[in-house]
Amino acid sequence: MSDPLLARLTPPDVGTDLAPQLVDTFATTTGPLGEVLVARSSAGVTYVRPVDDVDGFRAEYRRRLGRPLVPDDRSVPAIDASTRVDLRACSPFERDVLDATATIPAGQTRPYGWVAREVGRPAAVRAVGTVLARNPVPLIVPCHRVTRSDGSLGRYMLGEPAKARLLAAEGADLDRLAAFTTAGVVLIGSDTTGIACLPSCHHARRITDAHRVPFRSAAAARDAGYRGCLVCRPGM
Amino acid sequence: MNELRTALVVDLDAGFAEVVRTYQGLLLGTAMRLTGDRPAAEDLAAEAFLRAFRALRDYDAERIGALELRGWLVTVLLNEHRNTVRTATRRPALSGAPVPDRATPDPGPADLATRADPDLAAALARLPAVQREAVVLRHVADLDVPAVAAALGVGEGTARSHVSRGLARLRTLLTSPDRSTP
Repeated sequence: MSDPLLARLTPPDVGTDLAPQLVDTFATTTGPLGEVLVARSSAGVTYVRPVDDVDGFRAEYRRRLGRPLVPDDRSVPAIDASTRVDLRACSPFERDVLDATATIPAGQTRPYGWVAREVGRPAAVRAVGTVLARNPVPLIVPCHRVTRSDGSLGRYMLGEPAKARLLAAEGADLDRLAAFTTAGVVLIGSDTTGIACLPSCHHARRITDAHRVPFRSAAAARDAGYRGCLVCRPGM
Repeated sequence: MNELRTALVVDLDAGFAEVVRTYQGLLLGTAMRLTGDRPAAEDLAAEAFLRAFRALRDYDAERIGALELRGWLVTVLLNEHRNTVRTATRRPALSGAPVPDRATPDPGPADLATRADPDLAAALARLPAVQREAVVLRHVADLDVPAVAAALGVGEGTARSHVSRGLARLRTLLTSPDRSTP
């Protein structure tokens, strides 16, 4: 090996450890509903699921994320809406849907169609539902705040009772919202401002009984001369 | 190295973490020779490992047991590099394609062990693919000729001739006029 070219080809010792950025870790930690399984990359939380099925968690991680996953021997901080996530394994559409969902304030709800409008794909209501049904990071990205178009809570990957519990814990008045749903009311207007809101918008909650005008559709509100609230953007 | 393959069969995730620890020096060093640039080399090696993991997901125990890991990983790295270069050529705004005739001072011998070598990377990039792969497998990854032949899917005589032609061409490229004209 006195040939200088061969010496020059010999790989240098780069000395970087790639393991932290290649091998993800998982552990049990605390979430808003109790214990959950959480997987993390070096960039943030990649996957959250119920604790009851570790084998399913690992199999699904391998299939969906395609990254090696080993048990975490460190203690993992509890997760909440402020936990940093790593959504690099998601498609651009999935990321848009999750980003829009993350903007819904705690204790408020928005229909699937609202998320579809927010990501600029108003007709993609079903696709939004599909993305949220397989949300990789529930409890962090709050898919429990997304409801059916009539305001009823609808399905949730951790169970419908869990969806109600989470919203109630965030201060949502579920009885009030259910009453609007039963009455077929999807928008609430104020006859003093001429502005219509989604029922859970904090502006809608401030409208007094005497001035509250219920609407069964965006078209009805528009026909009555109302405009949509700029905060909850009810799509009218 | 047989233990590594057993570890992969027993637990793909934990086994693969072991594979990363064992071969990252080799893949990073080889990636440095291919890209001539440290950040690009780290990206390339990481992408190659992930591609390898995704391939292993679909392999059964028998196929994993028969893998010659070292040669296989370097081959994955070479393919990944080829894809990266192709993408960079289609979208030139991305950096990473080596500049072939930049005037750099000759590396002192003491630097050789740790230094990125863009001129060498550029010269390697100009070899025909099969010669580049033969040279990298033989003299960067340090496989023996039968392993190079197996990785390339050719006979040993053919592999040997790709290596020697590749080396000869590399010598010519590295002493080309833009470096040696008076």
